[in-house]
Parts: sequence; C-alpha cells; structure tokens
Amino acid sequence: MPSCRELVEFLMDYCDGQLPPEQQAAFEKHLACCPPCLAYLKTYQQTICMGKQVCAQEEQSPPKMPEELVKAILAAREAK
Amino acid sequence: MTSNMSQMPPDADVVADLPSDEQALLERLRAGDAAAFEQLVRDHGGRMLAVVRRFLGSEEDAQDAVQEAFLSAFKALDRFEGQSRLGTWLHRIAVNAALMKLRSRKSRPNEQSADDLLPKFLEDGHQAAPASEWRNGGLAALEKAETRDLVRRSIDELPESYRIVLLLRDIEEKDTEETAQLLGMTPNAVKTRLHRARQALRALLDPHLRGGL
Repeated sequence: MPSCRELVEFLMDYCDGQLPPEQQAAFEKHLACCPPCLAYLKTYQQTICMGKQVCAQEEQSPPKMPEELVKAILAAREAK
Repeated sequence: MTSNMSQMPPDADVVADLPSDEQALLERLRAGDAAAFEQLVRDHGGRMLAVVRRFLGSEEDAQDAVQEAFLSAFKALDRFEGQSRLGTWLHRIAVNAALMKLRSRKSRPNEQSADDLLPKFLEDGHQAAPASEWRNGGLAALEKAETRDLVRRSIDELPESYRIVLLLRDIEEKDTEETAQLLGMTPNAVKTRLHRARQALRALLDPHLRGGL
C-alpha cells in the first residue's frame, strides 16, 4: 500500500484516473483506511471546484470598465 | 515563457452560429461605425478586465492588456469568422494579451517559492499535520461573499509561476499540452506545477475553512 506521502504526491494522477489499475486500487485501499488522506483528497478537489466557481461568478458579474479606459481604447483606435 | 504564441487565437473551436444581434454588431464594426466600437468595449471590457486581473495582479498592467487586446481584436475583425460568440473570441484574445504582458515584464528573481505551502511528511511517510475535512464542505461556503473574497485573494497570493499554470489549466480549461506550449514548458513540468499550485491554494484556504467560514 502507498504511504501518505506517495498518495499525496500522485493525487492528481489518481484524480485523473491516470494511474495503472493496480496502483489505483492500492490508492483506494489506502484512502479507505486513512481519514487524513481522504480529507486531503476531498479538500484538494473542493479547492479546484471553488477556484472555478469563484472565477465563473466573477465573469458573470464583471467589474465596470473604468471610463478613462473606455476612452483610451477608443482614442487609440481613432489614432491608428 | 516563449514568444511563439500568436496574438490572435484561432476562431474554430466553437460551432455556435453568431446570434443575429452579434451579427449586426459585427457588420457595424466592419463598416467602421464608431458607436459599435464603443458598444463592444462597454459590453465586453469589464469581463476582459476581470480575466486579465487574475493573471497580472497589477491594475495598470491589467488595463494595458485590455487595451492591447481590444486593439488586436479591432485589427482582426475581418478575420473573425463568427464561429464563436464575440465574447468567447475576446476572452481568448484577453488571455493572450495577459500572457504577452507577463512575458514583457522583467522576471521576478525574488518570487516566493510555493514550498512552504506544500504538505510536510514525517519520516515514516505520514502527514506531519494531518488534513481534516472542511466543516461545511467548502463549496456551500461560497454563498458567502467573505469566502469568495478569500478564494480570490488566495489565488492572487500564489507565486506567479504557479498562479499562471493554475489559471490556464483549471480556470481557462486549457489542456496540458496547450498550456505547456503557451508557457514554453514541458507537459510534465506543467503537471507538476499544477499539482503544487492546487496544493498551495488548498493550504492557503485550509486554516479558514477548517473552522467553517
């Protein structure tokens, strides 16, 4: 069975299903009996989801374009 | 980072037809209608600014990148084939402009390493500070503005070379190969850096979310 260090080191490959089947199975066995590694896995996955959601929300309610920037872009276009 | 990236991304990965209002706007833009350019900037500028701010940190650089992105887009209007929405096309141009701006900045020799944010292990291979679950599952906490701010701030706090990989892979959803090409890295280096960036971001969020925000 892999150590906690090995599990955390290869966690991304595990999450992406990129480990060989026997290693994938060994990781699952470890996770079934190691609450800290299971917690690490869950919080790692939540981190990815939270980043995606926060950035998506930010684009749904974007900041207002500063008026000076609008003017600068339009002036630069005119100047070209 | 290399400079082999084209400023104008190909407009061929989305098959949606352009809605009629965008088609009309595009025609006005191509006819040189000044009001159409203003509409485009006002309609899409805020979203583009939000995107480039994540990459650049500096507000001055972010505004420069948005301006450069629009000017590039204006020049390329004749080559826009309408196979993606205008917003999607502009979004990609904004990301490219942000990457160009990053390249043009001097390297940061004193950039903070992410090592302090990576998990530590005991000699027997166990976690030195055993992880525990986040009290409210993390995602539910996003309903609170405080948590959203925390996540945003924490992304900004990542060392730049980690933040950029995380943004390209997890937020922009570019694949490993494309990210590697954009940044002049090997795919394996992208994978390693992405994993470390996620771990570092997790470490920044952990003390706040363990207790439940």
